[in-house]
Formats: sequence, C-alpha cells, structure tokens
Amino acid sequence: MRQALEGSQAIARAVALCRPQVVAAYPITPQTHIVEHIAKLVADDKFHCELVSVESEFSAASVVLGAACAGSRAYTASASQGILLMSEVLFNISGLRVPLVLTCANRAVSAPLSIWNDQQDSMAVRDAGWIQIYCADNQEAVDATIQAFRIAERCELPVMVCVDGFTLTHTLEPLELPDQELVDGFLPPYHFSRALDPLAPLSIGTLVAPEYFTEARHLHHAALLAAEKEIVAAARDWAAACGREQAPLVRVDGPADAKIGILTLGSVFGTLLDARDQFPGLPVKLMHLRCFRPFPVEALRAACAGLHDLIVLERAIAPGADGIVGAEMRSALADTDSPPRIHNFAAGLGGRDVPLAIYPRLLEAIKKPHPRMSAIDLRPELLPADSPVRQEAAP
Amino acid sequence: MTPQTLHDLRMAQPRFQGLEAGHRACQGCGQALAARLTLEESGPDVVVANATGCLEVFTTAWPDSAWRVPWLHSLFANTGAVAAGMEAALKMQGRDIKVLAFAGDGGTFDIGFQALSGMLERGHNVLFICYDNEAYMNTGVQRSSSTPHAAATTTSPAGVARMGKRHLKKDILSIIAAHHIPYAATASVAYPADLRKKVRRGIEVEGPSFLQIHSPCPLGWGHGSELSIEVARLAVQSGMFPLIELEQGALVGAMPIRQIRPVADYLKLQGRFKHLFADDALAREELAHLQALADQNIEDYALKAETADPLDTEGVDTVRRGGLRST
Repeated sequence: MRQALEGSQAIARAVALCRPQVVAAYPITPQTHIVEHIAKLVADDKFHCELVSVESEFSAASVVLGAACAGSRAYTASASQGILLMSEVLFNISGLRVPLVLTCANRAVSAPLSIWNDQQDSMAVRDAGWIQIYCADNQEAVDATIQAFRIAERCELPVMVCVDGFTLTHTLEPLELPDQELVDGFLPPYHFSRALDPLAPLSIGTLVAPEYFTEARHLHHAALLAAEKEIVAAARDWAAACGREQAPLVRVDGPADAKIGILTLGSVFGTLLDARDQFPGLPVKLMHLRCFRPFPVEALRAACAGLHDLIVLERAIAPGADGIVGAEMRSALADTDSPPRIHNFAAGLGGRDVPLAIYPRLLEAIKKPHPRMSAIDLRPELLPADSPVRQEAAP
Repeated sequence: MTPQTLHDLRMAQPRFQGLEAGHRACQGCGQALAARLTLEESGPDVVVANATGCLEVFTTAWPDSAWRVPWLHSLFANTGAVAAGMEAALKMQGRDIKVLAFAGDGGTFDIGFQALSGMLERGHNVLFICYDNEAYMNTGVQRSSSTPHAAATTTSPAGVARMGKRHLKKDILSIIAAHHIPYAATASVAYPADLRKKVRRGIEVEGPSFLQIHSPCPLGWGHGSELSIEVARLAVQSGMFPLIELEQGALVGAMPIRQIRPVADYLKLQGRFKHLFADDALAREELAHLQALADQNIEDYALKAETADPLDTEGVDTVRRGGLRST
C-alpha cells in the first residue's frame, strides 16, 4: 500500500517485516527515529523481538554479533561517532563471517562536531569487510533493508545499508511498504551454518597463526567479490516479488552516448536528476553507485564507457589524499581503453545543503583547471582573510 | 553411538570435560585449572563467550581447539555484550541454555568493564567469570587495575624511586555489588569444592551472576609452577583475597579463617613482591601497608573464626588438611 512515511519509520517497519529476533542499538542522531519506531512497535506488540538497549554502540554491535552466532537474526543501526566506536567490532563481525544488517544514518564525523549529513562515517569503515549499499531515496532504503538480510545470510557477510541522515531519515516520502506475506516469501527463516549449539559444539574466533591468516583474509576478500552475484540476485528476485525494478550495483540514467557523466552516492542523486531537468543543455549521464562494497568494477566500467569526462561527486574526503570514491574510480578505469578525465569534487559536507544549482556549477568547473579534489561548494569568503588557502580557493 | 540428546551426551561421559587436556597453558596455570573446574561443574549445556587473553590463546590456535562446549571469542572489551546477545537470542528461541562469559581481570576490571556493567544492569541471564591473575599476562605481565598494591609488573616495575604499583587493587566486587544482581562471589583455585559450589550457584540463579576466581600465574607472579595452589591458598589465609558471597549486593557468606597467616608468608613466595623484602624503609612501609589491607579485609568481612572447626563445615583450612591426609 502506498503511504507517506518518514524514512526512519519506513526503515523500522521494513526491519520488523524481516522478523529479526534481536535488535540492539544505542541512540545517536540521526539514527534515533529508527530505533524509537522499533521500540514502539515492540511496545505495541506488533513486533516480537528482544530489544536490547545497550550502553554504547560498541556493545550494540557486540550484542548482535553474539545473537547472530547463537542462531537468531539480528539488526542494529547507528551513525557517525557510533560507527567509529563500533568499528573494532565491525571488523570482527565480518572477519568471523557473521550475517548481520546495520543501517547507517550517514552523518559527519567530529571534529568539528556536526550532527548533520555527510558520508564520512561509512566511508571510514569501507575496508571493514562489510557489504555497503547506498540508498538514493526511502523506497530504496525499504527495499535494500529487506534485500540486505537475504544477501547477508546467503553470503555469511554483514551488510551496511547507508541512508543519508535527515535528508532521508527525517523526510516524509510516499512509498510502498510490502506486506508480511511478500517478505516472508522472499526471506527464508534465519539459518546460520555455524550457530552455537551444545549438541554440536564449535569454537568460533580462534587465534590464527601466520601460516593460515593470509588464507582466511583471502577467503573474506573472495566472499565479498562473490557477493556481487547475490546482490544482483536479491534485487532481481525482489523486483519479481514486488514489481519494483532496481539497478543492483550502479544505476545509470541518461543518454548512452553522453560524453559527460556524474557519479554519486545517496540522496544527492535525486537532486541531480531534478537539476538536469531544470538545466537542460549538454546530454549528461547520471550514475548512482548503489553497491560500494563490493566495488563493482565491471559495472562501473560499462557505465562509464564512452565518457570523456566523469565527475565523481562525494560527501566525504580522504584528507591529504583524494576523494575516496574518486580515487577508486581512477583505479577502476585506469586500464580501460580511453578512460575519461576524472574530476573529483566533494559537496554537502557536514550537512551543507546541496542545491539544484550544484549541477551547472559542476559542469562549469570541469572546463577550467581545478585541483584533483576540492569541495565544489567551498565558500572562500568564510576562510580567514590571511589564510593562503583562501587565496588559492578564490575564483 | 553418536549422542542424540544432551542426556545422551552426559551419559556418554562419566565426568564432563568442557576444556580438554592438551592445550598450551603454562605449567601451574591457575586460569586453566579454574576454567576446567568451572566447565566440569557447568556440564555441556552452556555456551561460552570468551574475551581475548591467555585463555583464548592457549586453548585455540587454528585448527586446534580444547573446547568441548560451543565457544565464541570476539574481542577483548566486549565479552559482557556478546554474552548478552547470545542470551537474548537463546531466550527468544525458547532454549534453556546457560550463557557463560569468561574474561581475565583486564577484560573485567578495565577494558571490558563498561560492557560488563551494561550486561548486569539489563539483567541478562549470564554467569560472568573473571579469572583474576592480577595483571595483563597475555601481553607480558603489565599492570591492570586488579594488580595488588606494590606488586611489580613490567609497567609498574620496582626501582629506587618506585615500590611497584602505586595504586590499590580495584574493589571490583563492591562495584558489582552496587548493581544489586542476584549473586556475586569470589573463589580461589586453592578451594575447588568451594569454587564448584559457587559455579553451580551462579548457574542456578536466574539473572546475572558474577564470580571472581583468584588464579595464580607462575610466570607473572614469579613463583614455581608447583606452588600455584600454595600461593592461592596463602592469599586466602592471609586475608589478601577473602572468599565471600553476595546476594542482591548484600554479604551472605564468608569463608572463615581459623589460622590467619601473615601477609609476608604469601608475598615472599612471589618474585613480584621481592623488592618488599629488601632492607629498606620504604619496603618495610609498603609491607606494613599490605598487612594493614589484609587486616582490614579480615575485619570488614569478619573472616576470623575463633571456634574449633566443626566437621560438617568448610573453612579455608579444610582443604589443606584434606591435602595433607593424602601425602
């Protein structure tokens, strides 16, 4: 049924439809509404789970790890500082190959303290060995959440579903929430092949000496690469069940023969779609990188074939180096025939609004020399008057 | 015949060994003994969450494992939370399996303390066992907040300007008591009957329970591996490590000491206190300080028993006499 729901409420209801037996979370803006909605569903007896309100994100991740190993589907959600606080556990969960789903309500990382949206948090744990799926709108968040449980459990890998804080989590959108029967048909009951059981005792998490460590790490890497197939299959099967088609890895929108492309992650994609309608001109191909881990190299190469200029627009940076996705795109396209020039920009850091006007500004910026990486929405007039950075950044 | 039920499994083994022999613990390891006794008492119907530390390292190393119970090692600091997650899952599945959490003093007093406190506060049905060997032994004997005052470790060494650790051993049991959990106790590997009884009690209790087991480490404490039990017993007999039981935070039992030994008898067996026996004013002062701490324990918990030892009760000397009978 089509209904208007706040993003967080929609995600909470999607989680409940997946019937996790254990939910653990610690409150952090802008994730709070998700967990509050789950708590209310539990209080109203509409969702039967053990809701563990822990004393930190570190424990939230640890509780769901323990629950998944003890044989129950489990879920958690966090953001920003919370993702960083649980980062030790995030690496551990994936290394132990434990299937879990986590919603990251993307938010900037302190300092400076900011409660607003960018994607520095999930990008900081991009190498934690998790699958990462970015959502462009709240319908995608609902669908990705449901698919995430199936992907996680088939691959024995954890999945992080990334939704832009406030922009998605606190925004009311009309969307379709599937009914329980549909989700039950898509998502079989949780089964973990290595569940802890006194009748068949296993030791999980042993010390591994150098003679086996490389192989363990390599298997983890191979499992992430192989997960691409399951991510594609989950999107395909979910589309067959509910009728909503979705590009599982990279969504491409625009003329195939466009010479300029813009690649982004998350809700900015919607802004760019609207902006392109508003500012007609050169044909531009817009791309949404839905699946960031595993990094879908082949799909990205296919999407970028024929481009002369690729703009990578991201909401995080690697200070002292490049953009994060920008650097990976340079690497992915480096050995293709006639790779496009790659222009790497950040926008919307720490919640700065990304207006439609960003679109013509980007197309203008690539006509002139520019640094390998810079914030397209930097306001040099706000920098200290005597700062050399201000002189450099002045147009 | 492959056991089909837990009952079959129990019948197949006259005495259940949850921790098998053949692991890589040092000779005289108090922690290995305490873990073996714990699992003998618990039986197979448990799942274990184990913190990073000696116990995790010496019992595993892929592809070997000494565990005959389902066992999960995640990290150093999160054992209380991992155990809580296991318990939440088993509860939702309607399975009556006790969750045990094992950690050293580092994983209990220090880095794992927050997760432990959260687990206790939320009332998870978990028995958390701290194998207390009073320092970070796995990383090479560094001081923890459980290290006794004046003990030398590699990060609190003794020298002309220092008499070992400058701070007191954290009174973890009082902090646990402040959570008002159903059951909390201390035990010692030198008193296995008492230890088993407390494990049993901790398992029977519905809700969180806590057991701190004093576990000598010959390498870290600097004593012969054949002296582990002797050293552990002297810790109790001197009043340095009182064996007590708490229910809902209130003291309900203490093992009486009928022949109180001087603290020096306990200390002089161990290299970590060697500097206290130098001909030095500061050393004498610290020795007197440690004796005063033990005296305070004896007074606080009313450990001194004047009466003769009745045959049907167990005091701290009971096991010692039993031991002598067999020689």
